[in-house]
Amino acid sequence: MRSPAPRRARLSLTRVALLGASALLIAFLVLPFVALLLRVTPGDLAARLASPMVLEALRLSLATSVAATAVVFVLGVPVAWLLATREFPGKRVVEVLVDLPMVLPPTVAGFALLMAFGRAGLAGRALAALGLSLPFTTLGVVVAQVFMAVPFMVGPARASFSGLDPKLLDAAATLGARETFTFFRVALPLALPGILAGVAMSASRALGEFGATITFAGNLPGSTQTMPLAVYEALQSDLDAAVALSVLLLVMAFGLLLGLRAAPVGSFWGHARARAAAR
Amino acid sequence: MLELRLASRLGAFHLEAQLEVAERSVMVLVGESGSGKTTLLRCLAGLQRPERGRIAVGGEVWFDDDTGVWRAAPERSVGVVSQDVALFPHLSAAENVAFGLRARGVGATERRQRVAAALERLGIAALAARRPQQLSGGQQQRVAIARAIVVEPRLLLLDEPLSALDAASRRAIRAELWRLLAELSCMTIYVTHSPAEALSFGERITVLEEGRVSQTGSREALMRSPRSRYVAEFLGVNLFRGSLAPAGAPGQPPAGQTRIALPQGELVVSERATQDDAAIVIRPREITLALERPTGTARNVFEGTIEELLPEPPDGELVRVSLASRPPLIAEVTRQAVAALELAPGRRVFASFKAAGVHLVTETET
Repeated sequence: MRSPAPRRARLSLTRVALLGASALLIAFLVLPFVALLLRVTPGDLAARLASPMVLEALRLSLATSVAATAVVFVLGVPVAWLLATREFPGKRVVEVLVDLPMVLPPTVAGFALLMAFGRAGLAGRALAALGLSLPFTTLGVVVAQVFMAVPFMVGPARASFSGLDPKLLDAAATLGARETFTFFRVALPLALPGILAGVAMSASRALGEFGATITFAGNLPGSTQTMPLAVYEALQSDLDAAVALSVLLLVMAFGLLLGLRAAPVGSFWGHARARAAAR
Repeated sequence: MLELRLASRLGAFHLEAQLEVAERSVMVLVGESGSGKTTLLRCLAGLQRPERGRIAVGGEVWFDDDTGVWRAAPERSVGVVSQDVALFPHLSAAENVAFGLRARGVGATERRQRVAAALERLGIAALAARRPQQLSGGQQQRVAIARAIVVEPRLLLLDEPLSALDAASRRAIRAELWRLLAELSCMTIYVTHSPAEALSFGERITVLEEGRVSQTGSREALMRSPRSRYVAEFLGVNLFRGSLAPAGAPGQPPAGQTRIALPQGELVVSERATQDDAAIVIRPREITLALERPTGTARNVFEGTIEELLPEPPDGELVRVSLASRPPLIAEVTRQAVAALELAPGRRVFASFKAAGVHLVTETET
């Protein structure tokens, strides 16, 4: 008879805890962004963004992250397919390797890249013989971004491939389709939502990459100074430029994630179904 | 000719089967879930490699552990239709049907013609441009059948193709599938849970129980002497378990006959029971139906109302009648008899059969 009362009390306590935690966390996330946005007027922002330093950094950032995303896509999707469809000795090790850049301090990653691909590095001599030099070049920026973005491409793509109905893959096989045919005709189109998520996340990661880039490729305006690096430099000399760059990066990151949510990738076939039902 | 002999172990489960299917014929494979049907089909389709044995289809060896031959699914001429359809959701009906031809490198012109012919054959030409999610269950299954047969496989594997459908579309497709299978020049293995399907499709029936073939033979042979309780129950022959009626009870039958007490009544059998417990089979065809209590020589007469009439095979001459009598009986009569007696669900009839029509069964397992 008395049980409903304490139950209701506990329920409202839960509610307070949930609401309180949510409010606190959201405020914590929003406040820095608001502070950033309050620092500038739109007119000032436009003027700052038109400065050569900012434009140069923006151009470099866009070019390198598009290139890095393309490389991660081409190399990452086959690896994701391999991990999703095969068992092989050492698979665990490969899985850990693929995830490692996500948890590794970026400066450590950059340093390791330097040891590997630097002039005196393990593979540096071979590259030099080919006339290629990575450290402190734009190409080096792309390499650093690729290294850091790998887990963000392979993870979602692999999950998407693993989530495919095995019966569809079996059906393809009994219809005479070999693996390559099945991959391009069945797996890739059906795993598209996850793969696009991977593309968006690796692009965001490449765009925001700082530690590995500055360690491996340096901070040279025009050739290796991407936007995050430009923010870091501007902080020490020109605070308003730092604010402008930060706002720009914030808007781009927000746009990428929002686009990912709003685009029909999450329920790609669900939308086709909805269209069909409307007919 | 398909020859199969294989052994495959999956954890504690052990499949050991031997099977032969004649050219252009349909073999029905029945068995409870967990009996190994799916494993057997996966081995035949090339999706799973058995440990030991040999699979040869029309002289072509698909698997032989002695010589190490193994052809995976894409290298076999096989068509598969399963209960969960497995159509490609991102492709239209026509593209689904074209998939196998495309994978085998058939040119665009020939592909279009063959896809159109297959869609036409299954009566779904008008649905060619639809995506699977825009199709009903029955329509999806037609697309899946068209997709499997358009490549003209040597071996067609139908894994409970109708079991996911509602009763109405099941009936419609069953009749069509029956005609279709008769036209096809391939060998077919038809897995089913449904006795009606087994009896209508199968010239030969193979029963799989706990990973072993427990019985294989013609429909007639299986109905005449089901070797296990499962087979009898599956085929819908009347199988009862009873015990010898105590001697000296009133109404003692003539010499040479035995009275068997069932939980729901009593039967007279013209065989001598040797055990106290007996399993009894009454073939549905031995049972005669009449509107009046028969006065003839039949020793066993039961009264009851008709529950269901089921044509067997779908367009055939015979009709299976299930009776709510005590014990419940299934009779098989001709279409003419149904018409003459105006048999319909709910009608009261008398079912009778001679003592000689009842058989005691020695069960291999219970």
